[in-house]
Amino acid sequence: MLKSSTKEAVAGYLFLLPNFFGFLVFTLIPVILSLVLSLVDWDMLSAPKFVGISNFVNLLGFHLQAGKLVANDPLFWKCVGNTLFLMLIIPIEMVAALILALALNQKITGIKLFRFLYFLPTITNGVAICLLWAWIYNNDFGLLNSLIVKFGNFINQPLKGIPWLTSTLWSKPSLMIMGLWVAMGGYNMILFLAALQGVPRELYEAAEIDGADGWQKFWAITWPMISPTTFFIAIMAVIGGFQGGFMQAYVMTGGGPNRSTTTLEYLIYNHLYSWQHVGYSAAIAWFVFVFVFAITLINWRYGGRRVQYYHY
Amino acid sequence: MELKTFTLRAAKKILIYSFLIVGSVSMVLPFFWMLSTSLKSFASVFIFDITKIQWIPSPVYWGNYLDVWKVVPFARFYINSFFVCAAVTVAQVGTSALAAYSFSRLKFPGREKIFFSYLATMMIPGSVTLIPVFVLMRIFGWIDTYMALIIPAAFSAYGTFMLRQFFMTIPRDLEDAAKIDGCNYPQIFMRVILPLSKTALATLTVFVALGNCVSFMWPLLVTNSIEKRTLPVGLAYFQEMYQYAQPDWGLLMAGSLVTMVPVMIIFLFSQKFFVEGIKLTGMKG
Repeated sequence: MLKSSTKEAVAGYLFLLPNFFGFLVFTLIPVILSLVLSLVDWDMLSAPKFVGISNFVNLLGFHLQAGKLVANDPLFWKCVGNTLFLMLIIPIEMVAALILALALNQKITGIKLFRFLYFLPTITNGVAICLLWAWIYNNDFGLLNSLIVKFGNFINQPLKGIPWLTSTLWSKPSLMIMGLWVAMGGYNMILFLAALQGVPRELYEAAEIDGADGWQKFWAITWPMISPTTFFIAIMAVIGGFQGGFMQAYVMTGGGPNRSTTTLEYLIYNHLYSWQHVGYSAAIAWFVFVFVFAITLINWRYGGRRVQYYHY
Repeated sequence: MELKTFTLRAAKKILIYSFLIVGSVSMVLPFFWMLSTSLKSFASVFIFDITKIQWIPSPVYWGNYLDVWKVVPFARFYINSFFVCAAVTVAQVGTSALAAYSFSRLKFPGREKIFFSYLATMMIPGSVTLIPVFVLMRIFGWIDTYMALIIPAAFSAYGTFMLRQFFMTIPRDLEDAAKIDGCNYPQIFMRVILPLSKTALATLTVFVALGNCVSFMWPLLVTNSIEKRTLPVGLAYFQEMYQYAQPDWGLLMAGSLVTMVPVMIIFLFSQKFFVEGIKLTGMKG
């Protein structure tokens, strides 16, 4: 007869085993492997060659060329820039989500219908969304350019359609507008709505007695009370945004024109799959990791307890 | 005075409703355009006068919905998606529940350390592990098999964490009573823990199913042949067929709508769990 504590430990290991096996093979070992891969040069055909930190030097380094400091991999820095540029929509997405949540937080009939409609893009297969917007943005037959030309006829000014996805000027804003459309009624709005519903009613009642108007109530009560949620959403959006843009690039633009919509995630895919630079793609993935880790540290440092709880 | 507050309140209501309705219209309009395009023939999509926007197709052309199954094997994509999604969901929820029970209820040496390593890996970007797992798939010879689509997705630290947090809230008295009645650990797990966690299990199931249904990059990487593609990858493949020509947008939009149906159905039946799950965990996707 085994001791009951031994029996419990054996049961504990057995219950954990299936999950831990998967965790070991598909998470823990790959993380270490990924670090190893970032130190080799490998095309998946010939034998991998250990190159030390030279992938990282090529990625992050600079060299002098004709007296000027030039990046070793200008494409990588361009993609960092693209990724950060596309993230500029995040504050607007958040404001839109908050306004929608404020509107839905009133006593309103049909709230379920509204919530469903706003949530529709979030639950739709992303490829279908990308195809839909590629069609809307189509230069010659797209809905948006139709409307622009039609508006031009209406005001008697010949307006030309915008080359939405095919010009370097418009490609990023086009993806950002689509992103706003997808994101504003999605997860963030639901999180804001939950936070708004968590603000105690008494605070508003007390403020009303003191004669506060709606605007004052928002800034003095609502805004500070939901700030942990706002902070959490911002952190998650930044972390997600830095890893985003793959599907849009793959389906809608091919990363172009002139690489203007290639994000880091799409660059990783290109290096890994299209160009077979396995080690180099791993190095870029670790660059993304370091960025995400830094943001997570900010979250731990300034997030406070509520955000801590949310952070999975 | 009272009348004034009344009109003020009514004005506010009208303002909010009109705002919400304008917002909803901007949400629905693109989808409506998708539907409208899918009901137009090839010739009537490409109008020569760009200003002639036809919101309601006339005549309504149903042909796209018949042709789309012939041009691309969407039926096959459907079967693949359904099979992979079901297998991943069952496996992930199952292994997560087992591990969560172990972490929340059973004492064993190294438990805290292992749990911490689970937590620590959760913030690692997907692409960090994606690359070596892709390499592993090639070593295992799993490229272009269901194994590659299912097995790596069958385990999740997140699901384990979420269920552990929930199991912790179940009172221990019930288990103690079961123990006195002579139940062993598997029996306690099956008869006490699982029945009391239906909501949490349902929420995780919905998240895993929806997440896997729309997953794109991984199936794209590990499948080559058309027969192994899931719906999102199949749809992307459909579009790639038109790489050098103006696509048949009516057909493409019909295909897109066809792929949207399964996720919509999951969502309609699970909206409650979905919304609760987001509130509970702050989880995204």
